[in-house]
Amino acid sequence: MSNWIEVGQLEEIPKQGSRVIKTNDFNIAVFRTVNDEVFAVKDACPHKQGQLSQGIVHDKKVTCPLHNWTISLESGEALGPDEGCTNVFMAKVESGLVLIDLG
Amino acid sequence: MKEKLVMIGNGMAGMRTIEELLKIAPDMYDITVFGDEPYGNYNRILLSPVLAGEKTIDDIMLNTMDWYEENNIKLHAGKRVNEINRIARTVISEDGTVEEYDRLLIATGSKPFIIPVPGHDKDGVIAFRDINDVDIMLDATKNHKHATVIGGGLLGLEAANGMMQHGMKVTVVHLVDTLMERQMDSVSGKMLKNSLQEKGMDFRMEAQTAEITGNGRVSGIKFADGTSIETDLVVMAVGIRPNIELAQKAGLHCERGIVVNDTLQTYDPRIYSVGECVQHRGDTYGLVAPLFEMVKVCANHLAQMGIGLYEGSVTSTKLKVTGIDLFSAGDFIGDESTEEMVMQDATSGLYKKLVLKDNKLIGAVLYGDTKEGAWYFQLMRSGQDISDMRDKLLFGESHLGDSGHGGDHILTMSDDTEICGCNGVCKGDIVQAITSEGLFTLDEVRAHTKASASCGSCTGLVEQILESTLGSDYETPEAKPICQCTDHTHEEVREAIRERKLTSINDVRRSLNWKTQDGCPACRMSLNYYVQSAWHNEAQDDPQSRFINERAHANIQKDGRYSVIPRMWGGMTTPDELRAIANVAEKYEIKDVHLTGGQRIGLYGVEKEVLPKIWKDLNDAGMVSGHAYGKAMRTVKTCVGKQWCRFGTQDSTALGIKLEELTWASWMPHKFKLAVSGCPRNCAEATIKDFGVVCVDSGYELHIGGNGGIKVRATDLLCNVATEEVMEYCGAFIQYYREDAHYLERTAPWVERIGFSQIEDMIVKNEEKRKYYNKRFLEAQKISQVDPWKERATGGVAPHEFASIKVVSL
Ligand SMILES: Cc1cc2nc3c(=O)[nH]c(=O)nc-3n(C[C@H](O)[C@H](O)[C@H](O)COP(=O)(O)OP(=O)(O)OC[C@H]3O[C@@H](n4cnc5c(N)ncnc54)[C@H](O)[C@@H]3O)c2cc1C
Ligand code: SF4
Ligand code: SF4
Ligand code: FES
Repeated sequence: MSNWIEVGQLEEIPKQGSRVIKTNDFNIAVFRTVNDEVFAVKDACPHKQGQLSQGIVHDKKVTCPLHNWTISLESGEALGPDEGCTNVFMAKVESGLVLIDLG
Repeated sequence: MKEKLVMIGNGMAGMRTIEELLKIAPDMYDITVFGDEPYGNYNRILLSPVLAGEKTIDDIMLNTMDWYEENNIKLHAGKRVNEINRIARTVISEDGTVEEYDRLLIATGSKPFIIPVPGHDKDGVIAFRDINDVDIMLDATKNHKHATVIGGGLLGLEAANGMMQHGMKVTVVHLVDTLMERQMDSVSGKMLKNSLQEKGMDFRMEAQTAEITGNGRVSGIKFADGTSIETDLVVMAVGIRPNIELAQKAGLHCERGIVVNDTLQTYDPRIYSVGECVQHRGDTYGLVAPLFEMVKVCANHLAQMGIGLYEGSVTSTKLKVTGIDLFSAGDFIGDESTEEMVMQDATSGLYKKLVLKDNKLIGAVLYGDTKEGAWYFQLMRSGQDISDMRDKLLFGESHLGDSGHGGDHILTMSDDTEICGCNGVCKGDIVQAITSEGLFTLDEVRAHTKASASCGSCTGLVEQILESTLGSDYETPEAKPICQCTDHTHEEVREAIRERKLTSINDVRRSLNWKTQDGCPACRMSLNYYVQSAWHNEAQDDPQSRFINERAHANIQKDGRYSVIPRMWGGMTTPDELRAIANVAEKYEIKDVHLTGGQRIGLYGVEKEVLPKIWKDLNDAGMVSGHAYGKAMRTVKTCVGKQWCRFGTQDSTALGIKLEELTWASWMPHKFKLAVSGCPRNCAEATIKDFGVVCVDSGYELHIGGNGGIKVRATDLLCNVATEEVMEYCGAFIQYYREDAHYLERTAPWVERIGFSQIEDMIVKNEEKRKYYNKRFLEAQKISQVDPWKERATGGVAPHEFASIKVVSL
């Protein structure tokens, strides 16, 4: 089942940056890459729950601010030798509007 | 259609090129590899430990057969190429296999030289080059008693030692009277011979082999002086010759080796060559470190990326015989134009000789204790002027104070000693990763263990562990690229930024052909800093290339909340300020209020959304950001000085406030701290600060390059000044540091890297430069001195940083 919700305008997210969606029990980080793709993952690093929304976004990856793990925004998986995974949500842009699927 | 790349010679240099190429351009070529050995690629260097029974063949495999399959590389293992047809662009192997190429890489290594004495072709006469040779030697240790090694060089001694470990009687025959005469002088050569004799090795020095005798199989050796010995096996280890037969046959220009240019191309530009078979600018090499340098350039060129050139290498040697430590590098013999420093202690078996020319280290031989080898080697390669440390040079780096690599203890350290405090990595983990994952470089160790991936203060130790685990296989990087997105060093990038007037990160990446579209955190943060420090008037700041702390103007804590630390000028505060802080703490239910080490008050556990509100309240009370979160000027610590203290000589507090007013809100390569003490009792600890002032009766002592962090370093005294010139010196010193140091390099390692006298020349001896740097500092400060808190609390800057984009209830 899909449950697409509107998040906001693409412009509200900085290029190579992220904004946070708050839900009752966890936060979701929505990312915008240098090429204007959008991704959404649970805002908790698989390492020690660092807030990925606060990391540095490069390519389709984000580097966690706490201990430098790099997480793929496409799969939510830790890259390189680190292992772990955070939840991924489908995300898309339609006429300038960012949508994510809360499933 | 992809282009076809064919590689001949499945060995260390060739396969390393393929691996590098796959890293940077994974889909560029269809790759085919020919190797005449029937295995994957293995670490040839470690054949010696295999022979000595310290490792197995499986341990030393670098690329297994499966690896080739996983990477879609066609491997013809056990097939020898005997023809290259440059017109048809094909290679043909002995069994008739034909492969076409668009580009060809020849990496055929070298061949052991076999002295053509009568009997050299008898059964039981071998070389020491590959797995097959090791098998024959191991076999001989089971069925025979006496082996002879001809050649007392590195390879010969490792072979002799290996067979001796299995209980064989081994004699080493050597032509001259010094062992390893290409790496050792006569003193260290003798010491080496003595220790090997103690282990049970026999020697025939100054002996020339005339004939190998025996009936079918070898049974003895006759020497030119008429004497002879009995032996069941002869290992010839008298040198190697670049393996150029195939290239020669194909009409490629060869001299001693296959002649290549600085991009490793032969005279046929479609054909590259790397490794021991190559002759570059007249030199051939027989150690892997220089080969790996070539490999990098070659891979980049094959990937049609980068503009790297190979310009030759300096090499160093270590002998891999357990229990014997020797190191040699460069020109260790010297001549009339050089000076020598020698330290010798025959009883404890220590010998050190350094050769200097024009105040630079050009050669070194160490015997018995080689832990300083890496450091000397680094000094040689960087060509650093050593006049400042001349008197201590011979004792080694650990005697220079502990802020550098400080590492005499690596070998004696136990496996559970913690090396990287940030990520909790122990020595054993690192050694394990190096050996089991086949790591060669610092970056690889970082990726696999995270050691030295965070604060970096343990980098020196990790490099030493690499060194001691890999032996001379480890290349001490001379000029490291900023990160894996580029081949350019920090210096090259800064120079380009200045000369080509690059004012944004994107310009830099474009102008220097970055390999990635938008970089990685390491280069993004460095470049953002570099463009701004060079072009403070015009450069674009890129907030997305700053670490979160500098974007949020607060320090992220481990639970994702932040801390707030307002500035307290020169460590002074007032009842009003304290009241405002107290009010804020109550109003926003701040969990912890803490006195920081820099004489200020920190509020901990603040939610990000609340930050602008707190800042507003603090601004209203006249307070501004303390930049406690940035690579920036942090604080000026002071004592109460002449104002109150009976020992005080000057008004240290007032000077501290003035210095803080001068320097606040300046971005730096790393954090930067100042202090002013009112007398030499130094209550403000000015001698462990980046810039410290100690007041004396006659004026002010200025100190630089101190650090109280992980590795404590006391400052160097820069100079004494009588009056308030302090300001000018301070501004100039800071600006020089800002424009010269690498990003994330604190003043302490920076001072050691470039040498104190360099800074003295710039800031003290050269008034013009001092004025120039100070002027640039003041110009930059004019733009920079805006309170970032105010801009965000009430000025409308970056509101998105502090608010969520949406709240949903599920
Ligand atoms: C026992 C030993 C100890 C060593 N110790 C050290 C050390 O401590 N430190 C150090 O830096 N170096 C050391 N070396 C040297 C180091 O191993 C070499 O410098 C390195 O392996 C050279 O790499 P290469 O790729 O040029 O050649 P190789 O690794 O020799 O690879 C060349 C490959 O090409 C194959 N080949 C040749 N011709 C053909 C053909 N026509 N068709 C198909 N295949 C062909 C060869 O069989 C070989 O497998 C040591 C060497 C040995 C033998
Ligand atoms: S440094 Fe000197 S002047 Fe300052 S408090 Fe200490 S004793 Fe007094
Ligand atoms: S505040 Fe500094 S010393 Fe204390 S735990 Fe953190 S990094 Fe270590
Ligand atoms: S919490 Fe993300 S790297 Fe540790």
